[in-house]
Amino acid sequence: MKRRKIVQYGSLFAAASLISVGMNSWVVKAIAGSNNKKLIVIFLRGAIDGLNVVVPYRESAYYEARPTIAIPTPDDEGGAIDLDGRFGLNPALIDIMPFWQQNNLAFIHASGSTDPTRSHFEAQDYLETGTPGVKSTTSGWMNRLLTISPQNNPTRAVNVGNNMPLILKGNMAVANLNSANAKRQLPIDRSAINEAFDRLYSGQDAVSLAYQEGRKAREIVMKEINKEMMEADRGAPTPINFVKDARRLARLMAGDAKTQLGFMALGGWDTHVNQGSTRGRLTRNLKPLGMGLAALIKELGSVYQDTAIVVMSEFGRTVAENGNRGTDHGHGNAIWLLGGNIKGGKVYGEWPGLSESALYQGRDLAVTTDFRTAIASVLSQHLQLSGSDLENVFPGYSANRLLPLIT
Amino acid sequence: MKQDRSKRGQAKQFYRPSMKTAKSATADSQLIHSIARLSFGPRPQEIETIRKRKIKEYLAIQLKPEAIAEPSLLTTELNKLKTLSMSPIALFQEYTARGRGKKISPEARKMLRKKRRGLVREAFQARLLRAIASQRQLQEVMVDFWFNHFNVFAGKGLTGMWIGNYEEKAIRSNVFGSFRELLGATARHPAMLFYLDNWLNTDPNSRGARGRFKGLNENYARELMELHTLGVNGGYTQADVVSLARILTGWGISRRDRQGDGSGFYFDPKRHDFQDKVFLGKTIQGRGKEEVEEALDILATHPATARHISYKLAQYFVSDRPPESLVNSLAENFLATKGNIAAVLNTLFTSKEFLDPQYYGNKFKTPYQYIVSIYRATNIEKPNLRQTYGMLRQLGMPLYGCRTPNGYQNTRDAWLGPDSMMRRVSLATALARKYLKTEKSHNPNLLMATLGDRFSSNTLAVINSSKPFLKTALILGSPEMMYR
Repeated sequence: MKRRKIVQYGSLFAAASLISVGMNSWVVKAIAGSNNKKLIVIFLRGAIDGLNVVVPYRESAYYEARPTIAIPTPDDEGGAIDLDGRFGLNPALIDIMPFWQQNNLAFIHASGSTDPTRSHFEAQDYLETGTPGVKSTTSGWMNRLLTISPQNNPTRAVNVGNNMPLILKGNMAVANLNSANAKRQLPIDRSAINEAFDRLYSGQDAVSLAYQEGRKAREIVMKEINKEMMEADRGAPTPINFVKDARRLARLMAGDAKTQLGFMALGGWDTHVNQGSTRGRLTRNLKPLGMGLAALIKELGSVYQDTAIVVMSEFGRTVAENGNRGTDHGHGNAIWLLGGNIKGGKVYGEWPGLSESALYQGRDLAVTTDFRTAIASVLSQHLQLSGSDLENVFPGYSANRLLPLIT
Repeated sequence: MKQDRSKRGQAKQFYRPSMKTAKSATADSQLIHSIARLSFGPRPQEIETIRKRKIKEYLAIQLKPEAIAEPSLLTTELNKLKTLSMSPIALFQEYTARGRGKKISPEARKMLRKKRRGLVREAFQARLLRAIASQRQLQEVMVDFWFNHFNVFAGKGLTGMWIGNYEEKAIRSNVFGSFRELLGATARHPAMLFYLDNWLNTDPNSRGARGRFKGLNENYARELMELHTLGVNGGYTQADVVSLARILTGWGISRRDRQGDGSGFYFDPKRHDFQDKVFLGKTIQGRGKEEVEEALDILATHPATARHISYKLAQYFVSDRPPESLVNSLAENFLATKGNIAAVLNTLFTSKEFLDPQYYGNKFKTPYQYIVSIYRATNIEKPNLRQTYGMLRQLGMPLYGCRTPNGYQNTRDAWLGPDSMMRRVSLATALARKYLKTEKSHNPNLLMATLGDRFSSNTLAVINSSKPFLKTALILGSPEMMYR
């Protein structure tokens, strides 16, 4: 394992941000090499139906709009699990209820993008670039986060999945952990082969640089994964890939790879048809998500105390169900937050209600909290980013009303 | 370490014309460039063969695939795949419980599911065999392009059962024809109707509204505008999405052969909304399925569509960030020819932008293009299917496996990453080893000649100084091989 190096960093804005942060900041601690604060983002691609995750069970309008797919009230058998007397949790998420009880789990309801698009692809891009409405942004906000205290550690940020998502694209190196099959040795792991390819890809062009980062990251990741194999799986192994991937990410975060930023995406939420109530497509996907989150936290161990986990999706879905026991593309959604120092047990955000006049364009949950406010609050209070750092992560956004999300 | 990736941006120029006069050297690099873009990469001796003709001739031939004879081995192999010629209705009857029309046991149901997966395998096999061995290379390249443009996902319900037929009837038959016909063929195909849920789309107040056909479903209407035609900035509103969804009510599938052509398409007037609709500022008179044809006419000839398609073609064939001048001239041509795809392609391939050397060798291959180009260069005509599928999956591009309707991207940003490079050079090594087992007399210099001898001095130096067993691996895994 190579020691991380403090690397010279010449750009003006970074120098400025280094001066402006306090002594407790993520930046300073990262440089001092002490235990770092960590952030994991889990992106639910396809627009999860937030109203059936954090259920506004006091609203009669909710039940009127969803005759066949509403989640019953906590008083009904198999209904929502009461959270705060106003909202209930989808019972398929029972696995994360303990964190609510420990005040480690919070939701920010009626949150989302300030851009009105209902296109999956556009909306996902905006959440990932952190610049809703601006198409020209080519880097992701998680990558820009790395530029605040650049280090020569290719596994400092890790994506779990086959391809690098926009949220992690940019100037800084990010490692990729292929979902499933990650344990298998590849020809490139053999020295007789990689010596020759190393010479082939010794240049400074895009392909060579990607190759070089891949080699560095692979050495670290393989070491960590081998350790995992030897220690054998703790707890019952599960066939669900998300749970496996979540565990693997946790190993990198807790181990020598010193991963500080993690990202995973999970698909299958575009429930136009047969979304179902407490049974159906949404429930089938929520169950492994809840289990995966619980496994992730368990595997993080003591590192969980320093970790914040954000779960988000590009937009919400229509308040009313459509003709096929499903929902179409909507607007406001709920952001989930988990972490050892999250001020949880609370549903944040101004609830606009579901009365017809309160709906966005007469059909969707309105957005009362900009998603950037939710994330900026975590970055500012958890990672101790300064105001000017936040401006670099979310250009054009002014963080003036942050939420008190961290204890 | 701060790395400025914007500076990494420019791909190296890999085409090194050999020792000839400047003029013929230019012509030669143009030719190699054209082969790289109009096909899945050169096969042994192919460059020499095409050199004897002119580029113009090569292009003209490629745009008329029906006149190109196919290799008999390919035809024989394709003929073995019996399910490819089955109609959607025949497939439905043979491969679903409902189609069988009687109650069947859970075990039999499971068997049918398994058999349906076999259908996707046959479609995959046919696609791969053609991409490798077909002489109609541009047709197969366009199948790749249009399939992704009109993407459907094999894993969603019955979509996979129809995916081979969809590719053959809706896509491959229309790749060079009129865009309106291509659009109409996808709009009527059960694979698309199922995948984007329009088969369920129903006027909630109609007499046919019952059971699962209860109300509107916007899914297809939205993607039809956002992805298939106008593009996301094409100027439509949420109200237009709802209008188009209403126009599309009752536009669906039948399990009986109602059209008499086995297509499975059926318009159900009992579930249609017969009121007038305002769509893109125009009043569409409520009158049934002709409304859909009218809406498709509007969409297919819309300037926003012309631009959207032109941009995507220019991006696929010229550069990740295509020159504006080219997009404009293609869009003009698209409108002037009412969406004649062959005409637009001809404009593209003869444009000064396409032939501008700054774009040569600058398109990073998608995993599919990369793997097929290796098979072509090494003359592997019948690769191991399971292994190929596995490689595509590991590289994040399983064929027919793109869940989302936008299809796979073809830009470098989408596919280049540290992990994907590890996997590419690893699979190049594995395939080289396999290749060397079958071709004992293999000569790396011939492989380099097949690829047009377009290697940088560094690549050549590394190859020349490596052990024989690694030479082939290094050629197939070289930076030059990553680009087309």
